[in-house]
Amino acid sequence: MKEENPVSDPTKVTSNAPAIELRGITKTFGSVVANNNVNLLVNRGEILSILGENGSGKTTLMNMISGIYFPDKGQIFIDGQEVLIRSPKDAFKYRIGMIHQHFKLVDLFTATENIVLGLEDGRKYDLAAYGKEIAAICEQYGFVIDLNKKIYNMSVSEKQTVEIIKVLYRGADILILDEPTAVLTPQETETLFAVLRRMREAGKSIIIITHKLHEVLSISNRVSVLCKGQYIGTVNTAETNESELTEMMVGKKISLNIHRSEPKGVEDRLVVDNLRCVDREGLPVLKGISFTAKSGEILGIAGIAGSGQRELLEAIAGLQPLTEGTITYNNPTSGKAENLRDKTPTQIRELGVRLSFVPEDRLGMGLVGNMDIVDNMMLRSYRKGPLGFLNRKPPATLADTIISDLEVVTPSSKTPVRRLSGGNVQKVLVGREIASAPTVFMAAYPVRGLDINSSFTIYNLLNEQKEKGVAVIFVGEDLDVLLELCDRILVIGSGAVTGVVDARTVTKEQVGLLMTKTAQEGGTEDGE
Amino acid sequence: MSAFFLTIFVPFFCRAVVQGVPLLFGATGEILTEKSGHLNLGIPGTMYMGAIGGVIGAFIYEQKVENLNPFLGIMIPLLFSLLFSGLMGLLYCFLTVTLRANQNVTGLALTTFGVGCGNFFGGSLIKITKADVPNVILTRTHNLFCKTLPFASKLGWFGEMVFSYSFLAYLSVIIAVIAAFVLNKTRVGLHLRAVGESPATADAAGINVDRYKYVSTIVGSMIAGLGGLYYIMDYACGVWSNDGFGDRGWLAVALVIFTLWRPALCIFGSFIFGGLYIIHNYLTQALHLSFASQELVQMTPYVVTILVLIAISLRKKRETQPPAHLGQNYFREER
Repeated sequence: MKEENPVSDPTKVTSNAPAIELRGITKTFGSVVANNNVNLLVNRGEILSILGENGSGKTTLMNMISGIYFPDKGQIFIDGQEVLIRSPKDAFKYRIGMIHQHFKLVDLFTATENIVLGLEDGRKYDLAAYGKEIAAICEQYGFVIDLNKKIYNMSVSEKQTVEIIKVLYRGADILILDEPTAVLTPQETETLFAVLRRMREAGKSIIIITHKLHEVLSISNRVSVLCKGQYIGTVNTAETNESELTEMMVGKKISLNIHRSEPKGVEDRLVVDNLRCVDREGLPVLKGISFTAKSGEILGIAGIAGSGQRELLEAIAGLQPLTEGTITYNNPTSGKAENLRDKTPTQIRELGVRLSFVPEDRLGMGLVGNMDIVDNMMLRSYRKGPLGFLNRKPPATLADTIISDLEVVTPSSKTPVRRLSGGNVQKVLVGREIASAPTVFMAAYPVRGLDINSSFTIYNLLNEQKEKGVAVIFVGEDLDVLLELCDRILVIGSGAVTGVVDARTVTKEQVGLLMTKTAQEGGTEDGE
Repeated sequence: MSAFFLTIFVPFFCRAVVQGVPLLFGATGEILTEKSGHLNLGIPGTMYMGAIGGVIGAFIYEQKVENLNPFLGIMIPLLFSLLFSGLMGLLYCFLTVTLRANQNVTGLALTTFGVGCGNFFGGSLIKITKADVPNVILTRTHNLFCKTLPFASKLGWFGEMVFSYSFLAYLSVIIAVIAAFVLNKTRVGLHLRAVGESPATADAAGINVDRYKYVSTIVGSMIAGLGGLYYIMDYACGVWSNDGFGDRGWLAVALVIFTLWRPALCIFGSFIFGGLYIIHNYLTQALHLSFASQELVQMTPYVVTILVLIAISLRKKRETQPPAHLGQNYFREER
């Protein structure tokens, strides 16, 4: 992994003051603390990695340096001087440039137009003249790109190159790269790292956000670790190793005392084999995923967010077109094996396969915010009833049952769900889905944003389903919960299975390592 | 040929241009707004307000003075028109940019508001004049606005086709050309297009997104308002009657789509739309059309717009698509 000594020549450091220093930075969104008292320091001619799981607050922190967000508390120093960065414009002034994870480029413009966008240098607007200067920068750092090509014709790696040239052209001395390698092939990653090393030699300070450990070790001088918004610490890359970093990243094991029963009546319910699909740009999202979900047990799915969890669940529910693979459903009533790929989402639902919410749109996908609880219950039963008239009695009864059983806090069953708190919305949704007696129940991040009591209500619901013989699939992000709630854990990394482990014996670090590992394409393991 | 050319085509062309000018003002203004990502469906109301603004200005001045000073006689209605339509743009911006109200709902509400407001002022002025007909007649101001170039009549059919229009008609073409130049050849235009394509990108590049939206929408509304002013002061010979403006505002919005958001194309598009708008008069004579067929012919601009929409949606060429963020409000800290 370590092709070269990652510590740069100390003589390159021109000033004793760090290029940028953060002290006690805190930022909250509503009740969610994204960053709590974070400290960070980057010297000149140095590459600092920021390591952390998704949701650990890395991107929020970087957005505060680049002026997208403004911190609630804390100080930022540039070259030892305290500064206020209130807007992206201020960030340019302090020679900070950020390359976002989602590129900030105008698709319809050429590379040159994007690079000069927002520039107010008082010069004549002459694209040809600008083009010449940009070409000189390309030559200096070794970028190969057609500056007159429009962005929508470019590959992901070309777009990233445009982003980097953009910040360099503005004279950035501090470059922030948010998960730059997530979208690149290994060859493109090597090219990028070569460019970054060249920039480091030119005295630039580089902050790179990533969760790939081998990249951290290969490129950076020092590593700062964040975990759930907290600053954990900084280590020199030369003095650390993968397991120490993983331990810092996942944090200490916390005991939650979630009740877990032994699986009963275990049989294969859902056999998923070699699932593959592509996203809208044609890039692979699922790269040959295989696993078995069994009745009477909870199968956890762990992975960095965006590794293909959403697509996997949607594929099983019939919402995601697949390029390859089979999903075999062993029907407990008829005893037959059926392939879900041939069925419509409605047919799949009627077999008893239930997908509960994906939180990016908790309301969007499962419930209609402006409708009350009863009406939302009817979304699942509106097809029933004679002659197109609705029978409101059963859903009203169901709504009342859910409100009393799950302790939903609401003025009445006639309150629009939009007005309920997040936890209560989730209870309504879970309640409705399990009321239909599913045989496979999939829940993605069902406790995200919930307080501890609501979370335990959801865990108990999942356990109840498991005891009833339902095959439960639980996509979670908190490793402590996954380890205590699930029977087996399927770990996926960048759309492929990196391991299936027994949740009763595995350690947090082992799961963490599997999450950050990139599996061989098509690497299929089954937990047997 | 020459008889047909001189007696039918030349007058038809001139009338098409005259019909097209209000559409050209409206469409150029709407393009500026839409390029910032805001679909201002309040344009018909804005043009109506521009018209009544001009009428109010002219009315006050005509009441006060016996002999109109040519400069003031033009400037006062012009400034009133710009003020009224500019205020409509400001109101639209305040609602959609600052308060982030739904753009379609706001636009439609402003059109209803503008027409109602115009009719209210119009009705009040009609009451004041105590005339027998429900009109406000501003002949003296009309005489100032309809002045053509002096040598138009000396150049035969060519003079008639090219030089026989009033100054506002030429202004509409000049504004469209300037708008095309600004959008495509200047830094301001680059930034404005970026705001409409991807406000998050523009924001991250340090562009003041809200300011661009405000300025382009208000300037666009003022330009559109001039269309209303031209309609009253030139086309309608200075005679205001309530609801006289017709569906020209919607035609202007349709013209934006028809010309694929390009002000330079709008110049020709507006003449085509103007021609299609009046061609039924000529066809009636030539083909003995029934009243129902006339109505069908009048629909042509809208049908053409729908066909253009279908064509660009099918071809999916990126350059001919509407601004990518059209109709969506932007909020920086949205997650």
